[in-house]
Amino acid sequence: MISPASLTELRDAVLSAPRVIAVGAETKPRLSAVDAVKISTRQLRGITEYDPSEFTFTALAGMPVREIIAALAEQGQYLPFDPMLVEAGSTIGGVVASGLSGPGRFRFGGVRDFILGVRFVDGMGRLLRLGGKVVKNAAGFDVPKFLVGSLGRFGVIGEVTFKVFPKPSTTLTLSLPYSAGTMARIANSRFEAAALDVLPGSETLLVKLGGPGAALEVLAREIGGQIIDNTIWDEIRETPWSYKTDITPDQISNFKAAHVSCGGSMAFSHTLPARGMTLRGDAPLWIGGRPCFAIEAAVKQALDPQQRFPTLDD
Amino acid sequence: MSAALERLAELLPPGRLLVRPVELAAYESDALTAFRTRPLAVVMPETAEEVIAIVRLCHELQLPFVARGSGTSLSGGSLPIADGIVIALNRLNRILKLDPVQRISVVQPGVINTQVTTAAAPFGLHYAPDPSSQTICTIGGNVAFNSGGAHCLKYGMTSNHVLGIKAVLATGEVVEWGGGSRERLGPDWCGLFVGNEGLFGIALEITLQLLPKAECFHTVLAGYRTLEQAGDAVSAVIASGLLPGAIEIMDALALEAAVAAVHAEYPPGCEAVLIVELEGPREVVTIERERLDAILVASAPVEMRPAHDADERMAIWKGRKSAFSAVGRLSPDFIVQDGVVPRRKLGEALRRIAEMSHETHIRVANVFHAGDGNLHPLILFDGRESGALQRAEDLAGRILKM
Repeated sequence: MISPASLTELRDAVLSAPRVIAVGAETKPRLSAVDAVKISTRQLRGITEYDPSEFTFTALAGMPVREIIAALAEQGQYLPFDPMLVEAGSTIGGVVASGLSGPGRFRFGGVRDFILGVRFVDGMGRLLRLGGKVVKNAAGFDVPKFLVGSLGRFGVIGEVTFKVFPKPSTTLTLSLPYSAGTMARIANSRFEAAALDVLPGSETLLVKLGGPGAALEVLAREIGGQIIDNTIWDEIRETPWSYKTDITPDQISNFKAAHVSCGGSMAFSHTLPARGMTLRGDAPLWIGGRPCFAIEAAVKQALDPQQRFPTLDD
Repeated sequence: MSAALERLAELLPPGRLLVRPVELAAYESDALTAFRTRPLAVVMPETAEEVIAIVRLCHELQLPFVARGSGTSLSGGSLPIADGIVIALNRLNRILKLDPVQRISVVQPGVINTQVTTAAAPFGLHYAPDPSSQTICTIGGNVAFNSGGAHCLKYGMTSNHVLGIKAVLATGEVVEWGGGSRERLGPDWCGLFVGNEGLFGIALEITLQLLPKAECFHTVLAGYRTLEQAGDAVSAVIASGLLPGAIEIMDALALEAAVAAVHAEYPPGCEAVLIVELEGPREVVTIERERLDAILVASAPVEMRPAHDADERMAIWKGRKSAFSAVGRLSPDFIVQDGVVPRRKLGEALRRIAEMSHETHIRVANVFHAGDGNLHPLILFDGRESGALQRAEDLAGRILKM
């Protein structure tokens, strides 16, 4: 394991071995379970820029998300997509590389929707800066988005810039009996729920609301169900799920044992699904295969011609 | 007829392969009219299969192609390449699917932006990205340029609403990335494709996420003596912890244009007008509007005009969205720029643009998304004057580099 302490050292680390893979806190161990020298980002810590009035921050890849959340909270801001495994120590670079979003993805989008810019080292040891540091950035290929979920197979992320939002003053959680109809009614409503999840067993629907407290109480009465403690979201976030699957709401009945998140767009489970990605354990990384097109090899060739990083299928 | 044209003629019936100069003239430029190039031909496919066959032929013959929707690009996005072809996608204009339960729609690239919202409206849904040209621009063009709009601060740009893409790449390969789910596994190829400016391929089917239409809006127009005061008001709104759906500023020249074009009415004697819009459930908006109004009152506007109903809200937006085309009333030609600066530097950027405008005697109107620091300086010139375009372009270059 190599632990570079600067982006220059990160570049040297990439070039120091024929086959390398970046790791953060290894909270999703299957993603980096490949035969390669590990480059740890643990010494790449710190928030390098944070201007609350700009709604953006920049941090080194190894910065624990927990510390970022704390710094944002001091200014009344947050990452709306609810990063997972925060207490377990997940790093912001790991959040990007794994593409793992939490229940809050429902309202404003996931990791991909909040990343703005990235500095990363490609397979040739080039330290590249792509994207930007302003909340809106539409010039050039959106490589920062591409790196979301890329599992370190195209480069090692050294620094990331994210958009953040003001945090709602109050959060309220409702629990009500799950049915597809109830879920659709709430998803497609005036309520603007922050999260909409189904607990394993497909019996309980959780609704998270954010906003001024007085307003939420009125909305909660109209939605129905019971108000429960907000800490249930911490439990969901910190659960070391083994598998993640991208689904659509009409597939929820096939994922009864799973925790269904994001209004029926994600399923997290401990039991092997028919299709999905393995986060921990010995199952293949891609369960049920994955779509692959010729262009993928061309992009790999452009960024990592010597295959210094493993491929997505290693 | 060249060999390339003969091969194209095998793919398309006469009438959908344009080669005569009179037919090609309309395709020589887009909304950036300062640049014109006559293409070899224009093809008008009607199906995805035809587009694929055309792109594969282009690949085989090494024939350059440029895709085109409604040609509203202000940056030459569909400017043809001489000796290349234009692939006009307007006839691929079908909404293939609209699923109100999953809140998605699958559309062909030639579908007009507002048509998606119109189709979704009966289900209480809408398509969020709202570029100013939304009543004519196509989703294919929005995808190619990752188009934004007034409501980007809260909901992001086109890319944040594209869940899946079926596309033919320049190599002729047909790819399908993403789909109906809001989540995806592996690298975000879909995200890489959106905003490729036509360099990666042509989108054939685009899966869009739809959002519930906000129940309630509170839209306020506030006039200020100076641009700086309007900018300070924006900072105060941002610092308050509110997350407005839109924060826009128009300067005096842009206001003049909107008045001339759509008879918009603004408070007299203002150098800048600020538009702030809150949206959400009525209970939330009721509470937040009190805070917003208090902040705006404290910012010492000349006048504040909240929209009292949907018509008044539409009138405010009509003035704002017409500003680009309205500038045509003030000047025969103009170049629009699109740049983003950190919000805290907006005031400085505007001051320097004003100085450069003064120095060069070239009028510059400003309409901008103040919430995300996105400036749209409109540089006015008369193309009939010798050297005017060059001077306007020089100024544009200086603004971009400041």
